Amino acid sequence: MKKLLCFVLLPVFGLSLLTGCGKSSAENGEVIVYNWGEYIDPETLSLFEEETGIKVVYDEYDTNETMYPKVEAGASAYDVICPSDYMIQKMIDNDLLAEINLDNIPNIKNIGQQYLEQSKEFDPENKYSVPYCFGTVGILYNKTMVSDPIDSWAVLWDEQYADNILMQDSVRDAFMVALKLNGYSMNTLNEAELQAAKNSLIEQKPLVQAYVIDQVRDKMIGDEAAIGVIYSGEAIYTQRENENLEYVIPKEGTNVWIDSWVIPKNAPNKENAEKFIDFMCRGDIALKNFEYITYSTPNTAAQELIEDEDIKNSKIAFPDFSQYENLETFQYLGSDGDALYNSLWKEVKSE
Amino acid sequence: MKKTILQKLYITLIFIFLYAPITTLIVLSFNASKTRAKWGGFTLKWYGALFQNRDILQALFNTLLIALIASVVSTIIGTVACIAIMSLKKRSRAIVMGVTNIPMLNAEIVTGISLMLLFISFGLRFGLGTILLSHITFCIPYVILSVMPRMRQMNPYTYEAALDLGAGPVYGFFKVVFPDILPGVLSGFLMAFTMSLDDFIITHFTKGAGVDTLSTKIYTEVKKGIKPEMYALSTIIFLTVLVLLLFINRVPAEKDLKK
Repeated sequence: MKKLLCFVLLPVFGLSLLTGCGKSSAENGEVIVYNWGEYIDPETLSLFEEETGIKVVYDEYDTNETMYPKVEAGASAYDVICPSDYMIQKMIDNDLLAEINLDNIPNIKNIGQQYLEQSKEFDPENKYSVPYCFGTVGILYNKTMVSDPIDSWAVLWDEQYADNILMQDSVRDAFMVALKLNGYSMNTLNEAELQAAKNSLIEQKPLVQAYVIDQVRDKMIGDEAAIGVIYSGEAIYTQRENENLEYVIPKEGTNVWIDSWVIPKNAPNKENAEKFIDFMCRGDIALKNFEYITYSTPNTAAQELIEDEDIKNSKIAFPDFSQYENLETFQYLGSDGDALYNSLWKEVKSE
Repeated sequence: MKKTILQKLYITLIFIFLYAPITTLIVLSFNASKTRAKWGGFTLKWYGALFQNRDILQALFNTLLIALIASVVSTIIGTVACIAIMSLKKRSRAIVMGVTNIPMLNAEIVTGISLMLLFISFGLRFGLGTILLSHITFCIPYVILSVMPRMRQMNPYTYEAALDLGAGPVYGFFKVVFPDILPGVLSGFLMAFTMSLDDFIITHFTKGAGVDTLSTKIYTEVKKGIKPEMYALSTIIFLTVLVLLLFINRVPAEKDLKK
């Protein structure tokens, strides 16, 4: 029996040795970055390596929800992560994040004040996060397919557009639209308000052509629907492909989402992480990333450097938050809150 | 007559359902426009871009390397396990078979997370090695599943006869038993290879920073839309498999003719 155990364990240890070594260390150590897929211009990574001598180990994820369990379990220690607003709040709540020493990030002066203000909804003292990308959620419509100008979520309940409407197929985004329509906060946990929103969504259901996520992009470009709920970052791209498309932030207010850099508590190279974040806040670097990702950058220095006047002055890419009312950012609602939203959403979908 | 028309219609429908998505993807890989909604003209630029994208090629290399090693190792372990299971008493054989079947029925995410937690508690460094270990783990039951029936069909007396005639156990195994179970071993190997090739969830949880396989690479692109280079790569993989299958199916046919 003992012999057998040896046979089983030997290869395991052999492999673990293999995985243990073979790590080349650069002159100034390394920084392990965990970011959304396709969410950075790869050139900026090589520039960072050249200038600082710090080796970048780069890893990607597809949703906040697949990133979270890996970081929470501590499978691999990351130095810098780029989660969204509500997920940052959840990570703060669960004591997973380290405070960022802003003295080491002089370039934070490039980040516009209104974005830092907005960040306070999930990071009250701006202690844990540095904004990287942001955007709004609004209505994308095809000028040739609608009769009146659009400025309200109510158009998604208008019967003349039956079968021409694309809704977001995710709980929080769908409820955001219905809650805003009814004049409530999109972070509400009030049972009556949520029931009202649920009823609105059920009422809307026969008018909806499809519940989609990223297919909105292609469907709107292909003239397959007249109106769709979309993220502003995609709106600019769709307008380039189809000039009849127009994006609007509804007057009832909407969701301002922010993806920010954070440093987890178990980061092995915290100093390098701060150097990395500082580098990403540099105007020219932020500009490169903006051009690659096309999602709005909160970096005012980069905004100044944009050569294309249309984009530089675009109200879609860089809206002035003070011009709109009821702009909110998603907050983490706790596991009970999430469960409540999910069960209501199930009722909508199964109706 | 009517029957054959219906038969043909049925088989055509099946082929449409099976191949329409793949055909769409192949067509899109030649589309000059990045969006599926517009046909921007015929182009080969995505194929060019693919071979210049180091990340994708590295992911492809990792995928093939992991699939190859994992399937070879799990085939060896699984086949050896089958020999042991065969020599068990009926009751314990049933128990062991039941236990090996559980991981296959288990949800992948459960396997993935539990492997991750196990590796953490061993203090392993996450990387290619941990992906390999987990792929070998989840491939073994599939190998056992396809080798076991072959083992059962085999006549046990041929092996005993070989021993009686003076062959050692190892020699006897390779001369008598192995040729008999070879088809099962091969199909087990292929099954393990394909399972490892397109696994996403388990790989996601057991991979380390900076190590990607094709499936994890493709998933991360979901937020910003999948790049056309991936269509190009999928087309190449599909054609490679198609050619391989045609080739494999031709060889036995020719053999039969000679007989």
